[in-house]
Amino acid sequence: MTVHLDKARLRQTRITGGILIGFGVLMAAFLAPDASGVATFRLSRPTDVWPVPNLVVPGGPFIYVISALLAFLGVRQFLRGASKWSSLTLAIGLAIAVAAFLVWATAGKSFSLTGMLQATLVRAVPIALGGLAGVLSERVAVVNIGIEGMLLAGAFTGALVGSLAGGIAGLAAAVAVGGMFGFILAALVVTYRMDQIIAGVFINLFVLGLTSYISSQVFQEYRALNNAPVFRAIEIPYLSDLPVVGPVFFSQNIFVYGAFILAGLATYYLFHTRLGLRARAVGEHPRAADTLGINVYRTRYINVTMAGMVAGFGGAWFTLGSVGRFDEGMTGGRGFIGLAAMIFGRWHPVGALLAALVFGFADSLQQKLALLGTPIPSEFLAMAPYIATMVVVAGVLGRARAPAADGKPYVKE
Amino acid sequence: MSDAMDKATHGRLLGRTQVEDLVIVPLFAFVAALILGAVVMATTGVDLATIGTSYVALVKGSVGSVNAVSETLTAAAPLVLAGLGLALGFRAGLFNIGAEGQVVMGGLAAVVAGVALGDLPAIIALPGALLAGALTGAFYAGIAGWLRAVTGAHEVISTIMLNLISFRLLDYLLSTPLIQKEGRADPISKSVPDAAELPRLLTFIDANLRVHAGIFLMLIMVGVAYWLLFRSKLGFEFRAAGENPVAARFAGMNASLTIILAMAIAGALAGLAGANQTLGVLDRATPGFSAGIGFNAIAVALMGRSHPVGVLLAGILFGALEAGGRQMQVDAGVSIDLIAIIQSLIIVFIAAPLLVKALFPWGFRREGSE
Repeated sequence: MTVHLDKARLRQTRITGGILIGFGVLMAAFLAPDASGVATFRLSRPTDVWPVPNLVVPGGPFIYVISALLAFLGVRQFLRGASKWSSLTLAIGLAIAVAAFLVWATAGKSFSLTGMLQATLVRAVPIALGGLAGVLSERVAVVNIGIEGMLLAGAFTGALVGSLAGGIAGLAAAVAVGGMFGFILAALVVTYRMDQIIAGVFINLFVLGLTSYISSQVFQEYRALNNAPVFRAIEIPYLSDLPVVGPVFFSQNIFVYGAFILAGLATYYLFHTRLGLRARAVGEHPRAADTLGINVYRTRYINVTMAGMVAGFGGAWFTLGSVGRFDEGMTGGRGFIGLAAMIFGRWHPVGALLAALVFGFADSLQQKLALLGTPIPSEFLAMAPYIATMVVVAGVLGRARAPAADGKPYVKE
Repeated sequence: MSDAMDKATHGRLLGRTQVEDLVIVPLFAFVAALILGAVVMATTGVDLATIGTSYVALVKGSVGSVNAVSETLTAAAPLVLAGLGLALGFRAGLFNIGAEGQVVMGGLAAVVAGVALGDLPAIIALPGALLAGALTGAFYAGIAGWLRAVTGAHEVISTIMLNLISFRLLDYLLSTPLIQKEGRADPISKSVPDAAELPRLLTFIDANLRVHAGIFLMLIMVGVAYWLLFRSKLGFEFRAAGENPVAARFAGMNASLTIILAMAIAGALAGLAGANQTLGVLDRATPGFSAGIGFNAIAVALMGRSHPVGVLLAGILFGALEAGGRQMQVDAGVSIDLIAIIQSLIIVFIAAPLLVKALFPWGFRREGSE
């Protein structure tokens, strides 16, 4: 068994090494000669309290340096054999490769790096909250494919109730409806012992059908029902004046702050409270938890309902946090990417948040690159996060372990 | 999923429990879904008379005339084809959410091949185009199968990602010079030449009847799937892998190969469903031409209890709902999205027999007396 593991790890090391060298060679051959002029990254606006100078990078030389660095990291993988740092090396390698790519795309032009980072956080919000909802329910061993539907339900409710009774009420209603679908999922899989994936697929199809139906049956006629106020950015005093960090972290709307706060709260709940310990026990070994007097069914109900509430909050972002109106199917697969973020983040709330930031970065990068007019078709850039998700799920960046009882129904004896 | 779905069709004689499982549960599921659909309509301010009109329209639009039956069969063919693929996957313990993407890729490939082979006689062009659709679907699903077999990546996530990728890929490919219709700026493919089209069957009655040779393809594939699943060694291995993967491995079956083959065959059938749409109904590929066929096929496979004949019946029912739903929209002004709600409710009642038994206790024997 150990020999087998070593072989697998050796193969993984070789693959990552090969990828890194490949990237290095491709960049030196194609990107570097093409990158004429300097790339200018704007870091602050002239109106800022403390303006900082632009970041100016000479295109060609920078990419050559990165290529050399990538090749070095790749060769090192081969020489060192199966080292435990191989995932980290690949992550660093990919990060600097993206930096080089960005310099290539910007060479001879300029764009606002701060703006892109700000957009990264905004776009990470629904993915992070979707991922967090996934963590909460999979920690009690309920696979939640229905997050996409819960996000959509939150978006819809936020728009409807927000239009009628204002933003705060809309947000509260979105959380409540998300929680309701969480409760329905729990009821289906715990009480009615339905297959968890089918139950999730049902929630997705049902919410998509219901929201599309109401939006074409009702919203078309009564447009005032689909015109909600949008939560504006809240500037944190003093901190929001800081260069770069201020606009990125301290001048966002409540959804961005909420995602960070909820990730922190969930970490505290799962790993530092008695209830969280019980929840994890239910996810790892429900029979043992039951024997110790933990009510497995109730724990699953509570945690999956909480997951639904988190997803409902994340769903409200689509309407109350950005455009103020609902469109059919507007979540566009963010819930599924959230599930990938959960796996990437190894079933940890903070991990899921960080993974969501990576996906958010890919998303905002794609938008910026489309604006910069790169020769790569925008459809391919739009595909990048999905391909990245598959790569992540395939375990190229190291295999993560799901809660042991994940996906298995529990029948009390 | 295995528990509820695999109970079906193991014995030759239908016992009381099997009647409950195969007939009563789907029937109650259907009725309950219709009732809840009416409730949804009532809550959105549709009055009772209109609800009545819409359900009458549902029947009229699905079986009420030759044209209605033609529309029902036209809508059923791709659902049955893709549903058969999903059913095979379910039997092998694979939950393939990716039929939608496989429909997209297969349908597009069929158009490309059809255009390329258009000058040849139909006896070569049509099978060539269908084969291209099936092979492309098989390859696309095979990616997810390969990832599952080699890296353990769960097929649910990877097939969902492949769906999202396929939509972008379709948008891109439709504007490349090889595929895009000449002289058009929007993403739309060239038209399929007559030789590669699935011919319409009832044009001698009325030129507008859309039912086409795809329904023969559908029936043939039901037979093929039945043979594959219950009469071939491969099908036995699929079922063994689905019901008890550990035992299957100890019996010397190659688990990785089984997974890849099951996914590829499922993809081939979904690819045929796509080819059926582009060669038989649409005559071209456009953005979003898959129109949710792959997702509805999940419901079809579940309702058909992953049995080829069941899938055929469920597919025809769903085709009828779709054809009737269009009539409903015209006659009663009720949005066709209502059909999606009814379909999803059918899934939930089928997949949770306990729920149906809780709602309609009088239709079933007591648990204790079994």
